[in-house]
Amino acid sequence: MKSGRFWAWVVFVLGAAYFFIPLIATIEFSLRMRRGVYSLDAYKVVLGDSQFQATFMFSVVVAIFTILLGVLIVVPTAYWIRLRMPQIRPIVEFITLLPLVIPAIVIVFGYIRMYGSNSPLPFLATNPGANALLVIGYATLALPYMYRAVDTGLRTIDVRTLTEAAQILGAGWGTIISRVILPNVLIAVLSGAFLTFAIVIGEFTMASLLNRPAFGPYLQNLVANRAYEPAALSIIAFVITWGCMSLIQILSRFAPKSANRPN
Amino acid sequence: MTDLSVSNQAIAGKAAPPGEARAMRLPTHWLGVTPFFVFAVMFLILPTLYLMLGAFQNEAGEFTFANIVALFSANIVAAYWISIKVSLASSLIGAFAGLAIAIAIVRGGLPNWIRSGTLTFSGVASNFAGVPLAFAFIATLGRLGLVTVLLNTLVGFNIYAHGFNLLSFWGLTITYVYFQIPLMVVIIVPAIDGLKREWGEAAATLGATQAQYWRLVVIPVLWPSFLGTVILLFANAFGAIATAYALTGSSLNIVPILLYAQIRGDVLHNAHLGYAIAFGMIVITGLANIFYIWFRTRSERWLK
Repeated sequence: MKSGRFWAWVVFVLGAAYFFIPLIATIEFSLRMRRGVYSLDAYKVVLGDSQFQATFMFSVVVAIFTILLGVLIVVPTAYWIRLRMPQIRPIVEFITLLPLVIPAIVIVFGYIRMYGSNSPLPFLATNPGANALLVIGYATLALPYMYRAVDTGLRTIDVRTLTEAAQILGAGWGTIISRVILPNVLIAVLSGAFLTFAIVIGEFTMASLLNRPAFGPYLQNLVANRAYEPAALSIIAFVITWGCMSLIQILSRFAPKSANRPN
Repeated sequence: MTDLSVSNQAIAGKAAPPGEARAMRLPTHWLGVTPFFVFAVMFLILPTLYLMLGAFQNEAGEFTFANIVALFSANIVAAYWISIKVSLASSLIGAFAGLAIAIAIVRGGLPNWIRSGTLTFSGVASNFAGVPLAFAFIATLGRLGLVTVLLNTLVGFNIYAHGFNLLSFWGLTITYVYFQIPLMVVIIVPAIDGLKREWGEAAATLGATQAQYWRLVVIPVLWPSFLGTVILLFANAFGAIATAYALTGSSLNIVPILLYAQIRGDVLHNAHLGYAIAFGMIVITGLANIFYIWFRTRSERWLK
């Protein structure tokens, strides 16, 4: 057992070194903009850049719409399958896992060919259409995570009893889903939402190929042309991802209490 | 597609309760999942099928194998080969390192905060991919990276003089491992948690050594989830483009970058060859999943 603990420490320290050295290197690099001294100049330049603000805001808005679309599609489906159609669960689970098998670049390639300006459904002919297609594409990418999060949340509540109770009280399907089921799985939905946010905010492939002015392509462009600003942005991106994951953790800690609270 | 609808019908037929008003109940039944299926068909299945069919058509829309044959030109085969090598290397390294870390934090007797800290960090790092990750490695192992410079000034060892290059197979692999290890940790820790303490005690009571316990209990139980995750990591690396593109531009010829260039500017001068490349990517990730299922059924049979 003693030697086991020793090796556990060795593995842990090696792992920690591999994961922290690149972060330290990036932080160090991001502080070197002013010659000879460490300064926050790179961060100031980046945060003051109007293009940064514009692309970042664009990605935030896209992320919010992606989350809304994901919730709208996943919550009723997962609920309905638990309640009425457990037989088709394998099929739906299989479909939600497809985005892990089909690379994002292939999906977006299909979009470009199917929904181009000359197609029957010309999403890409207009800017709002292309933005909508980007949101749809991101919702597809987030599908595996969103579905799993919501399905896990539904597992912890008694869907059937809640539904029947609501029906006895005269609630329709819309009311049941939005006022009974959704509040009960809200924590799970939020976990999925923050994960979606972390995935969408810096995504490059889809945004770039659909020619959207998003944060990912902006970052890519900066890496190719500047030295210190991308380091600062990488750190900012890491902090955002970290923030999303911490929120998920905090939420999951509060999950059982708030989910079972009888209003 | 046909397969899906056939099985849907079969299941739907089975689902209808005998003797009840079938025509009345079935449609409302399916109404609840219609939005999901419409979404999945329109934005996931049809676009993919479109490319797969396009891979077998020429410009005039006639059926042909010419695009598939053209995939076997030296340039494209090389791209597939380096993609497969990078994905395989990074998924195997990531899987074993991730497994080691997972076992260390779950079973190694480390303080509890290390376990929770590692899990949170893994959640972050597994999502920290793309352009920022590429830049982090440029700042670390690039020609002016921190580690490169430190090794050179402190030890006098110039890694670039000794054949290392970040814009190469190994450079890309080392970078990919950064999101592969945490993904492995996140997925495999619950599986290791699933190993019941009683099993270890039972094995010890029956006189098993630690090695026997691992060989006969732990490894068979973890095997399916481990293999499944390796394949997930493989597909994860195979489809990744942002990291590689930011790291190497187009200097490293991997499949997703080739496809990206093709979508952008038809560099292969044949639109349907682009479809064929996409088709090839799906075939490879699809094959990986078939291997996974095959392995899993084998190991499940063994578990019985």
